Amino acid sequence: MSEALATLQQLTVAFDERVVVDRVDLVIQRGDIITVIGPNGAGKTTLIKAILGIQKPTKGSMALQTGLTIGYVPQHLTLEPTLPLSVRGFMLLSGQSLNVCRDCLGKTGVDHLINASVHHLSGGEKQRLLLARALARKPDLLVLDEPAQGVDINGQAALYDLIRNLRDELNCGVLMVSHDLHLVMAATDKVICLNQHICCSGYPADISHDPAFIDTFGRPVAESLAVYHHHHNHSHDLHGDVVVKGQGHPDHGSCDHAHH
Amino acid sequence: MLIIDAILNDFFWRALIGGLGVALVAGPLGCFVVWRRMAYFGDTLAHSALLGIALSFLISVPMNLGVIVTCVVLSVVLVMFQRSRALATDTLLGILAHSALAIGLVALSFMPDIRFDLTGLLFGDLLAMSRTDLLWIYGGAAIILALLAVFWRGLLMSTIHEELAKVEGVQVERLRLILMLMFSIVIAVAMKIVGVLLITALLIIPAATARRLAGNPEQMVGLAIGFGCLAITGGLSMSWFLDTPAGPSVVVTAFCAFLLVYGSARRAPA
Repeated sequence: MSEALATLQQLTVAFDERVVVDRVDLVIQRGDIITVIGPNGAGKTTLIKAILGIQKPTKGSMALQTGLTIGYVPQHLTLEPTLPLSVRGFMLLSGQSLNVCRDCLGKTGVDHLINASVHHLSGGEKQRLLLARALARKPDLLVLDEPAQGVDINGQAALYDLIRNLRDELNCGVLMVSHDLHLVMAATDKVICLNQHICCSGYPADISHDPAFIDTFGRPVAESLAVYHHHHNHSHDLHGDVVVKGQGHPDHGSCDHAHH
Repeated sequence: MLIIDAILNDFFWRALIGGLGVALVAGPLGCFVVWRRMAYFGDTLAHSALLGIALSFLISVPMNLGVIVTCVVLSVVLVMFQRSRALATDTLLGILAHSALAIGLVALSFMPDIRFDLTGLLFGDLLAMSRTDLLWIYGGAAIILALLAVFWRGLLMSTIHEELAKVEGVQVERLRLILMLMFSIVIAVAMKIVGVLLITALLIIPAATARRLAGNPEQMVGLAIGFGCLAITGGLSMSWFLDTPAGPSVVVTAFCAFLLVYGSARRAPA
């Protein structure tokens, strides 16, 4: 069962003649986890903003399924120090009941912080709060802009696992932007490599061999990703019987260590 | 009715009632000034009030109305300039604030047959509060409180995170205009109390004082109103007993409360 939540056709965004997003075609289906990666200035955030309706496209079209609810997890929550705000207060501003808010905080694992001040949260806790806030709106499409920024490496892996689980539980679509190539490759279904235009897209296992990808990120990155990805599949038993031979890499052990 | 009439006949009570009415709206709006870092913006609008006064003399409309319209126009111009990003916001505000003040003063000098009290405009003339002024204050306060009540969640959400608010369907741009309209009204009515040069103080000092004691936004608004009322009452009493100018006395009282709270409270909650 596939159901298009958002359909982009030849979507182009330009600021004063400078094309930031160039003729992007993209369909986000319910149940998808799509990750947009790309170098700095590739237009990732602009693309996301166009989908969110914050940025008007210069050309092309963007259509959302009618009645679609978007849950947005912004990059940062930088709160003015002069604005006193508790986690409870922030959640209630979503317009949902306290029970729903508590439930969503529980899903992202921060329900114990309900009475804490937002100012006192760590980077990871803030991301989980923002995620809970997005969930409170019962989204059909969850849009995350670099959700793992300011989160330590173990926290990042946990966060991506959480996003996967939420997708399964809520049966929503997920679109995220990320810099953390390694983790993204492990956590995502489909990767879109953006460099103004979509330079390549596909499944993580394939994309790292794509010449366009290697062009954009360089061979060393692509190779390390390929290695990492195979290793990851192996350790998570997703392709239980596929044992990749000749991957006796020196960093095999340390990878294992970092990941479990 | 007789008692009310008697009270309104006394200039001290009129001043107090008017002052408390202004404190009632300066509290919540002051919180937004502090939260959105708009102190300098408030100053600019207040400075432009003088231009509004000159214009209302020129085309003979009520002074308050002239000030409100001028402030609204100036804030719209400001937002447009800001969008073009030709100059940094503080530079832009500095230019507009002082130009508006200067144009206002020059314009007033061309009207020698109109008698007005410049010191009163700049530093407030609380004790000359008329019944009409009271009507303006409470009318303005009613409008502002109604707008705040209706748009509270959206205003707060767009203050916390503008883009998140947009995605959630909050009309961020429209709310910004409404907020500016509210500032314009409060400046027009508060001018009488503390004068154009001290209005920002009445907005931000009580709000900043309240921040130290508040655990949520609503509490901060309530406390800011309380500290505003305290400043008005204290300032008026000071003016009464020590024969000091009323407007500056109100600001001095607010500042004393600020020092007292920041000196004694151990740390800010939340």
